[in-house]
Amino acid sequence: MPFEWFVALRYMRDAKGQTALILAAVAVGVSVIIFLSALIGGLQTSLIDKTLGSQPHITLRVPREAPRSLVEPTPTIAIARQVAESSQRLRSIDQWPVVVTAVEQVPGVIAVSPSITGAGFAVRADAKSAIVVRGVEPERFLSIIDVRARLVAGRYELDGGAVVVGSKLAANLGVGVGDKIRISSTEGSDDVVTVLGVFTLGNETVDATWVLTSLRHAQALYALPGGVTTIELKVADVFTAEQTAAEVRGRTGLRADSWMTINEELLSGLSAQSSSKLMIQFFVIVAVALGIASVLIVSVVQKSREIGILRAVGTPSRRILLVFLIQGGVLGIVGSFIGSGLGALLSLLFQTITSDASGAPKFLVKLDLSLFLFATAIATGVGLLSAVIPARRASRLDPATAIRNG
Amino acid sequence: MANTAAPVLVVEGVVKEYGEVAKTRALDGVDVTVGPGELTALVGPSGSGKSTLLNIIGLLDRPTAGRVVLGGTDTTDLDDRGLTGLRARMLGFVFQFHHLLPAFTAVENVMLPAWGDLGRPTVEMRAAAEELLRAVGLADRMHYRSGNLSGGQQQRVAIARALARRPALVLADEPTGNLDTASSAEVFALMRRFNRELGTTFLVVTHDSRIAEQCDRIIELVDGRVRSDRSVASSPS
Repeated sequence: MPFEWFVALRYMRDAKGQTALILAAVAVGVSVIIFLSALIGGLQTSLIDKTLGSQPHITLRVPREAPRSLVEPTPTIAIARQVAESSQRLRSIDQWPVVVTAVEQVPGVIAVSPSITGAGFAVRADAKSAIVVRGVEPERFLSIIDVRARLVAGRYELDGGAVVVGSKLAANLGVGVGDKIRISSTEGSDDVVTVLGVFTLGNETVDATWVLTSLRHAQALYALPGGVTTIELKVADVFTAEQTAAEVRGRTGLRADSWMTINEELLSGLSAQSSSKLMIQFFVIVAVALGIASVLIVSVVQKSREIGILRAVGTPSRRILLVFLIQGGVLGIVGSFIGSGLGALLSLLFQTITSDASGAPKFLVKLDLSLFLFATAIATGVGLLSAVIPARRASRLDPATAIRNG
Repeated sequence: MANTAAPVLVVEGVVKEYGEVAKTRALDGVDVTVGPGELTALVGPSGSGKSTLLNIIGLLDRPTAGRVVLGGTDTTDLDDRGLTGLRARMLGFVFQFHHLLPAFTAVENVMLPAWGDLGRPTVEMRAAAEELLRAVGLADRMHYRSGNLSGGQQQRVAIARALARRPALVLADEPTGNLDTASSAEVFALMRRFNRELGTTFLVVTHDSRIAEQCDRIIELVDGRVRSDRSVASSPS
């Protein structure tokens, strides 16, 4: 075994108490880093999944109609005028099949679904409820929001006069699978449809208002033959939705809203959470580094006479330097292995404790290999770095003084 | 005896001063030449500069003026790396408080100088260490932690360590200073034996006049100067 390793390992084995103490410190630090990352990662994933479970990543609409004045003021003529907001009527996206083909080409876009979104009423007997009519192409819409997986009753079928409604809406109207309801659109047309399925997306508003029907049916209801009012997109990486939206905006001239702008509060909450996580991790790392450094400094002081002897009998100072660097690195790497196990255990324990009555976890902690590799790399690096000062101190000991005073 | 051969050690006009403002002169122009195979005692009262001289000869300290030539190499212009290398190849050390590394076994302690110099242990290194430990009578204690050995045993391990690399010169600083009479005699006998058998040159700092009288030569240091330098006629041979 190389001299440096032999001496370093023997010193650590010999000072069992010190070694155990510092390993414990590193392990606790690493487990906190792992636990915190897994917890917050899991929480964030679950929040984003819930949010995106009931909304598309990007929604394309026709730009709002803005009033335009007929006369503009000039430097010599002032005009007193009042601007009235235009009323926004439901309009079809111009040349939408071309737009669909175009946005399918945008990098990052993985699914495109043209649809009609309109307001209306649903009536059954005495019950009346405001609704959002979503006319969609059944298979394409599934790739945006997987309604089929969220069905609580019936089946996902939107042909002819068939609709699938949100569970809250079904409850409000008192309907179940096979029942008929009358829906009327803001355009004045109405129709009797059969409820073939009921879904729960977990979003209160959506579950209480959505009525899914076929695109063709909605086109008839809103007097938009062959038209669509919205095009919904799904992107590969949810966090690039805003960039993709900007790209789509540029290419099509349509209004493109990403989930990120719609859920700005959620995002700022998540980013605040991430930065507090980073802060905690940073200070944990600093504390671990100080721990390793102080124990090694004490060890250098305790062993200064022995270091002096080694130097006197002809050990080059760089080997002494390495002896202490190796100790720092080994403490870091071994401590992080223990800490990884501890952190994983802690995370799984937490997940079990927070499970609901049925035993299903409320959210999954996110433990992946990269997290462990990251923690191990950090701990080893910190171990090495914090050993630098003690190691330099050891390697610069004057042998004669160290032997006399050590 | 072998004074016609090239000297192992030449100390020329060595001066050592301590302190920045109020200078203390620990050595005031010391000239010493030691030939190969000599067993020399360095004696003198406390504060006479024996330890300072030994540290300078041992390349652990640098003289303020003068020079030290070890085995033909002038050490004046060597940097730390050069001094360390020369120490590793040319010198062996035996200290008063044996100074073994307590976490290591006897045989590991004997191997450490060569191991630390060359980086990796070799079969020969281990064999040589074991042979030396047998020679100092510790065949059955080789794998004991050195912290678990008695003072006399530790000093014998220290002598084995000093000799492990067959150095030209072994420097011993009060090697028997901390031992009872029986152990002292035993330790000195070992040095004498290695001196005879291997022809190793020894320079022994001692307070003990009985030890000094058994050496080949006695150099007496007083107030940083060599007061006397004589051969011991009655050296048993």
